[in-house]
Amino acid sequence: MSRALFVLPAILVFGVLKLPTERALASQHRQSHFAGAELDLDLREKVGQLSFVAALSGFRAVLADFLFIQAHVAWERTEWGRVLLLFRQVTALQPHVTLFWDMAAWHMAWNASAAAMNDPSQPRLALRVKAQREYFAIGKDFLERGIRNNPDNPKLYESMARLYREKYNDHARASEFFRKAADCPGAPSYDQRFSAYELSYCQGWESQAYLQLRRLYDEGERERLPTLIERLKYLEAKLNIPKDQRIRER
Amino acid sequence: MIERAASSRGTLTASATNLEHRAFSFRSSCGRILAITTNTLTELTRQKVFYVLLIFALILIGSSIFVAKFTFQQEFQILKDVSLGAMSIFSSLLAIVATARLISQDTEDRTIYTILAKPVPRFEYLLGKLSGVLLLLAISIAAMTVLFVVLLYFREQVVLGETVRQLKNVPPEQLNEALNSIRAAALNIDIFAGVSVILLKACLLAALTLLVSTFATTNIFTVVVMVFVYFIGHFQATAREYWLQQPQTGWLDRGFLALVALIFPDLQAFNLVDDIVAGVAIPMTIFMKTMALGFFYIAIYTLAATFVFYRKEL
Repeated sequence: MSRALFVLPAILVFGVLKLPTERALASQHRQSHFAGAELDLDLREKVGQLSFVAALSGFRAVLADFLFIQAHVAWERTEWGRVLLLFRQVTALQPHVTLFWDMAAWHMAWNASAAAMNDPSQPRLALRVKAQREYFAIGKDFLERGIRNNPDNPKLYESMARLYREKYNDHARASEFFRKAADCPGAPSYDQRFSAYELSYCQGWESQAYLQLRRLYDEGERERLPTLIERLKYLEAKLNIPKDQRIRER
Repeated sequence: MIERAASSRGTLTASATNLEHRAFSFRSSCGRILAITTNTLTELTRQKVFYVLLIFALILIGSSIFVAKFTFQQEFQILKDVSLGAMSIFSSLLAIVATARLISQDTEDRTIYTILAKPVPRFEYLLGKLSGVLLLLAISIAAMTVLFVVLLYFREQVVLGETVRQLKNVPPEQLNEALNSIRAAALNIDIFAGVSVILLKACLLAALTLLVSTFATTNIFTVVVMVFVYFIGHFQATAREYWLQQPQTGWLDRGFLALVALIFPDLQAFNLVDDIVAGVAIPMTIFMKTMALGFFYIAIYTLAATFVFYRKEL
């Protein structure tokens, strides 16, 4: 006992000495996104007491995977409320995994919304459409929060662009998000093309779309893909581009 | 003049003899530590419980490939999370269980008296014992890493092959982009930095268990205390920040939080692997600082254990 009492002050002194180093390192971890989830009361409310303890004990990633698999099972059973709840937990635990945000948005905006539109228990079309739009909004919210947590990852911008294109039919916003994806480091080359394609569908933006598509076309054979040529020809006709400035027939 | 030269020659000879003696005693000290390390490692590898733990970890890592058949990104994410999670938990368990029994088992078998009756200083005994456990941890983590890398590589090759077959008609540029995205989702070099931090955390737990076991009377007591330390250690960073940033809390709360922050190690600082798997790149400075903090903890806890053990009545 006396030995332990003798060591305790030494450990306390060591504790005081290590404190600034620990704080500085924790701060650097946060700056470099190594404190993935904020282990606070908000997270505890989302994941429950037991899961919170597990997350706090270094099993955050494994717990997130376990909940993700549960969400997958809930999706197979078309339990949409449970899918939403589980994906909120998963994304709260692992906010830097873009895959989870993407999957959550896809389940809500595509699967749950389609299920709501085809819900046989709801005879009124207006209410089915309302439910469908609510699921679109939930999917969009997942993507917005995912982008806030991962601003340099092109994947979520691409998903947001697809959401605007396919669910909101908003080609201008779709083009904007494909352009944002193209600006991210390591973005695939198709993002620039897709941004221009989407712009070519927007009323009043034909000239800008034409310039973008033409610039891509002039980059060489690599960019001269069938859709690009088709959209370019459509815009050339619409904008009455002089014959000598048009692209060559293939 | 001659006398002075003879005297300085004598001093030189004495200091050379002294240096030789020190070098000899350092060599023999290392030899003794090495002998205890080898013996401890042999003893530990004979314990069935460690084989059970290791096999269980290997099975878990191996079976993670069958856990779920999702898209390649989901599959790689789960494979990496489960494998690295298994490495973390089993290496921590192994560190605690293996170290907790070192002194108590030797006392029970009375081998400690045989060793310490010989000219073996107590710090050499402790250092040898700890080195044996650390070696066991390194071997176990190396085995788990090899299995994990082989599995990931195997799955990566399968997915790459499938993708090449499915996209054989698309332009080479698009195929390359698809293949690169698969490679990026599979193995990256930062994972090895994450594994090193897992090993460091296990070594830290082993050093801390050694400290607890020097004043514990039973094996079970050490394990139970260390399980609590493990959980509280992960909570330490939260307690520390709350203590330092919330001055309006009561003195009792602040006192308790201060004790937690000062006594326990910040184990959350060694949980980098979750975010490494998520794709966050680990900067070299952060990696080196985390390693330095870990070595600092290990050195302090080993010193404290040596101090307590020196004063222990056997």
